[in-house]
Amino acid sequence: MKNLDSIFWAYTLGWAIFFGFYLSVAKRSSDLRAEVERLKKSLSANSREK
Amino acid sequence: MAKRVLLGAAAVLLVIAAAYASFFVAPEERTMGVLQRIFYFHVSCAWAGLTAFSIGFFGNLLYVWKRKEQYDWLGVSCAEVGVAFTTVVLISGPIWAKPAWGIYWTWDARLTSTFILWLLYISYLLLRTLIEEPDRRALLSALFGIFAFIDVPIVFGAIRWWRTQHPAPVIMGGPNSGLAPGMRATFFFAVFAMHILMWFLVSERYSLEKMRSDVELLRQEAEAT
Repeated sequence: MKNLDSIFWAYTLGWAIFFGFYLSVAKRSSDLRAEVERLKKSLSANSREK
Repeated sequence: MAKRVLLGAAAVLLVIAAAYASFFVAPEERTMGVLQRIFYFHVSCAWAGLTAFSIGFFGNLLYVWKRKEQYDWLGVSCAEVGVAFTTVVLISGPIWAKPAWGIYWTWDARLTSTFILWLLYISYLLLRTLIEEPDRRALLSALFGIFAFIDVPIVFGAIRWWRTQHPAPVIMGGPNSGLAPGMRATFFFAVFAMHILMWFLVSERYSLEKMRSDVELLRQEAEAT
């Protein structure tokens, strides 16, 4: 079938961009979640010391 | 959390169904043949991107008016998602153009205004990384976002106001435009699916921005103790 490679690349690259974007949001969210946990622990340790 | 999972699952199922409909339900176009099936992906991504920028524009306006950080979160979330969709448009377009026109790119009104739109929102996102103070960052980026949005109606109107390389609109394009019924149903289904995907990505990005604000508050608390 003619031009099937163009359709393949348009869809593949498009979905790769969406998937990459979603992964980048998920990675940033997981880093921030870890940071929230770390700060909460350090705050509770500080309040116990007092 | 359950709502986000549901929205994500709905988005994935809908885009799979839309891809299936684009390939196996929509009738084949006479002049371009199978190549025309890129249309359902390319145009629906473009519409979803423009919708994201439009929602972000209202977020920017509301931030300038009310100065609530939630509107800033909405503005940046929509801008980032809009850039992702516009990137897909700027890649799938040339891939379609090469076999259809014989060239990947030409500086016609629609292509150029879309590329400028992409550059404007990339600048919006870069601007945010350059300003440390949160309120100042939110205000300046909201003002820049309002300015960047000026290009959205130009992108929409480019193929209506000027006749150049890009095809004339088949939807809202006047009395001689239109799609065959089978194509129209598939197209609007693909547009709906892409909008659900866009909304899912915006909501994920919004949660990230909210979490960033929580981290900032906790950091200030930790510094104060």
